[in-house]
Order: sequence, then C-alpha cells, then structure tokens
Amino acid sequence: MAEETTTDGRGPVTTLATPIRLDFDFTPGIAQSKFLRGLERGIFMGQRCGTCGKVYVPSRGSCPTDGVPTTEDVELANVGTVTTYCVVNVPFAGQSIEIPYICAQVLLDGANLSFMGLLQEVPTDQIRMGMRVEAVWVEPDQLTPSLASVKYFRPNGEPDADYKTYKEYL
Amino acid sequence: MSAARRTPRPVSIASFAQSQNVRRDDEHNEVEMLMPVIAEVFGTIGITKDDVDFICSGSTDYLIGGPFSFVMALDAVGVWPPRSESHVEMDGAWALYEAWVLLQEGEIDAALVYSFGRSSLGNLNEILALQLDPYYLAPMWPDPVSLAALQARALIDAGKGTEADFAAIAARSRKDALANPKAQVANDIPVDTLLEDDYVVSPLRRHTLPPITDGAAAVVLAAGDKARQWADKPVWITGFDHRMETHALGARDLTSSPSTAQAAERAGVAEGSIDVAEIHAPYAHQEIILREALGLDDTVTVNPSGGALAANPLMSAGLIRIGEAAARIASGQARRAVAHATSGPCLQQNLVCVLEGE
Repeated sequence: MAEETTTDGRGPVTTLATPIRLDFDFTPGIAQSKFLRGLERGIFMGQRCGTCGKVYVPSRGSCPTDGVPTTEDVELANVGTVTTYCVVNVPFAGQSIEIPYICAQVLLDGANLSFMGLLQEVPTDQIRMGMRVEAVWVEPDQLTPSLASVKYFRPNGEPDADYKTYKEYL
Repeated sequence: MSAARRTPRPVSIASFAQSQNVRRDDEHNEVEMLMPVIAEVFGTIGITKDDVDFICSGSTDYLIGGPFSFVMALDAVGVWPPRSESHVEMDGAWALYEAWVLLQEGEIDAALVYSFGRSSLGNLNEILALQLDPYYLAPMWPDPVSLAALQARALIDAGKGTEADFAAIAARSRKDALANPKAQVANDIPVDTLLEDDYVVSPLRRHTLPPITDGAAAVVLAAGDKARQWADKPVWITGFDHRMETHALGARDLTSSPSTAQAAERAGVAEGSIDVAEIHAPYAHQEIILREALGLDDTVTVNPSGGALAANPLMSAGLIRIGEAAARIASGQARRAVAHATSGPCLQQNLVCVLEGE
C-alpha cells in the first residue's frame, strides 16, 4: 500500500483552536438571595428545615435530606469550629493569596452544614481540627452581597471544641 | 410485533405536573423552581418520595452555566436514605425512557422523572451552536433559527409546505394554547396578519419560532400493583422507541424525519387509531415533517396544548408532550395518543411514545 501522502510529510494536524466563551446571568433564587443580602450586612443567614430541624448555610431553599422547602430564616453566629482544613502550598494561575495559606471547613455555631473559608492570623503549623474561629469582615463600606465580604476567619482564642460536637460534619 | 411483546411490562403515567411556563423566572433558582412541581406530581396521587424506587432527570448544565446543576437539583427531591438516581443530558422525555427501561427489568415498580430548563440565563443562539460538530461547524456559530430556516426553505422547495402553512400551524397552536393555563404564548391572530410580519431568518417569521421559556416538569411512572393503586384507570405506555440521525446536517434530507418514522413504526403508532398527538415541533414547519413521519392524517388532533410554539422550556418540552398526551387520556378526551420529543438541530433525534387508556 502506498504511503499516506495527505499530510505532506509534516504528519497529522494535532491541534485545532476553536475559542468558546459563553456568558450567563445568575439567578440565586429566594433562599440564596437572603444569604447574599446577609453578607451585605455582615452576618451569616441560614435556613432551617421544618422536618429534620437542620440549619443550612447557605440554603438553596430546600432540605436536601427531606426534599421540603426550608422556610425559617436563621441568623447564625459569627464564630464557628474548624472541622477540617488543608494547607495550600501549590501556586496556580490566578492565585490572589500568598502561599502557604490555610483553607478550612468552618461549622458556624448553630449551623448543620460547614462551608469553606480562608483561615489567617495563625501559623500554618498550628492549625488543627476543632479550632474555634471567628469571621473577619471587610470594612462596612466595602460590604457586598458576596462571599468577598468575608475577609477571612481567624482563631478567636476559645478552647478547642470537643470532637463530638463536630464529628458529624467531617 | 404485538404491543404486548413490544412493552413486556405495562408501565403507566401515574402523575404529571409542570410549572408555569414563563419567559424568564428571575425569582427562583433551579431547586426552588422544581420543588412545587415535585410536590404536585407526588401530591396529586397522594405519595411521597419514599414511594418511588428510582429518580431520573433530564437537563443540561450548558443552559445554566453552572457545573453539576443536575446534581444540585436533587435537593428539590430529597435523597435520604440514599436513592438510586440517574441523569441524561437530554430532554426529560429521554430520562423517562431510561426509567421505563429500568421498570421493564422488573426490579422496581415506580420512578420519578423530572426535567428543568432555564432557557433565559444565557444566549441560546450560542449555547445551541455548541451541540454541533465541534471542529468544523460549531466554530462558525450557526444559530438554531438559521438552521431551522434552512430546513424550512428545503421544505418549501420540495413542495411540502408554504409560508402560509407555517403561519396556519402557528395560529392554530397559539389559539389552542388559550385553553392551556400553563402556556407562555397564547393568542388568536389571523394567518393573514401573521404573514405581514418581517422575516427573522427567511423564510421564518417570528410567529414560526418557539418562545424562549423557563419551566420544569415531572412525571411519576408506575408498574404492577402501584399503577392500579395510584389510578382508577391507568394511562399505559404501549409503545416506546427513540432513534437518531447523523450529526452531519449536510448528509440529511431535512424535509423528512426517517428517525421519527422508524421510532413510530417500532412503537406501533399505526396499530390503532390515534385520537391526539402531542408533537414536539419547536418550529412551526417541523409539524408538517413530523405529521408525515408519524403517519397522522387530518382526523388527528395535534397539539391541543399549543405545543412547543406555546411554551418551549428546553429539556422539558418533550417530557411535557408525554404528560399532556397522558392527561388527555386520563381526562377521557382521548383513548389512544402519541407523544413525540425531539432533540438536536433540525429534528436530529426523535422519541415516540404511544399511550393508551382502558
């Protein structure tokens, strides 16, 4: 069989660039809007399930366990417990924080769902599960309906939380 | 092939619900949009999530621009204790097909099928271009209206339809939609007036195009004892098939729909008279192609709901066709109906479902 000649000796084309960009509007909905409006006021707003009693933050408007609307709004504490964490040592494109830094799951007091936050004002070798932390917010005139309103979390000096208070949230 | 062999295990459409179809729902996220629909589809037959053995949904993250939106949508159902669940990146009609196949295997007796379409959050002309061949076609961003216009032009050139025919289909559909409380676009405008519109993309005028719609829908499927428990007179699926055609638009005869015809034959559409057809024809001219492929004569009532010209929530509009057809049988207005769903450009993929009452 004759040798393939279709690629004029340069071999097959291996790359084809077809740039794609799509823009979308975002619809947070009623429940997430309450959470975002809370951030604008410097507070964490959650919602409670009327069936199982769990408090979700942020709430998407339903209890994912029971499948019912979460209708009771709950203002949560500014303090919580580190349930787990990691220390980021790897640089990547778009990184805005100096490495190493700590990324922690924080369970706010009164909530049944932890969420991710930046942890600062603590050496990376002193971070631990159960550490009690508080949210540090941006200046009042900088508050927006966005998680950017939370500058970071930092230790608040309380003794560590008992493991059994957060073992369900790991 | 007998209907009994075609669908060895009878499965019923036990319940159907859909949201209000609107141009844009700014107020609710996907979960908030789905929750009332899920509550209604269970509530009308007095069951809960714990009564279904399987959940299957149809949606696409491309419409919302958020990854795993289909997983997060499960929050609307509640999945504890852990549930058997699946998802198709297609219209909910295909999710219903997957659930139906699982019901055929006999290990489960009931399934929830749902779908949601947020058509308003992005630019549909760009989003739908991305379902095309990614190397040679999508980079040119051909929009869906232009592709549909190519099909309509071919139909006119083949002598199978005229612009007045397209207008008549649009006028009839939106007039029928006046009786559909969930419809988005319903009106009574004479054909002559419609034909005075400017072209959007020749030969398509605005009235021949589907609206952009946000909406959601859900169906409960039941087999065995549950089908009888949940309905005095169940609506049975007696034939079901789906087929697809090549991805290459240029390789297809756009004036016919052989995949629909083949699915219709395998679903046994012609084995009895059809009282009502709910056809998923987003563009008015496509009804002509689909009527021919389904073998429907003029005695068949087509799209009494108004069809996709009255509301076209992407990923849900096909599932709604099945629900609407089943509702006609459940209410006694029809005994045997056919529902059709389509996906892809210019009717590339087609699903046909035959429904019968007792």
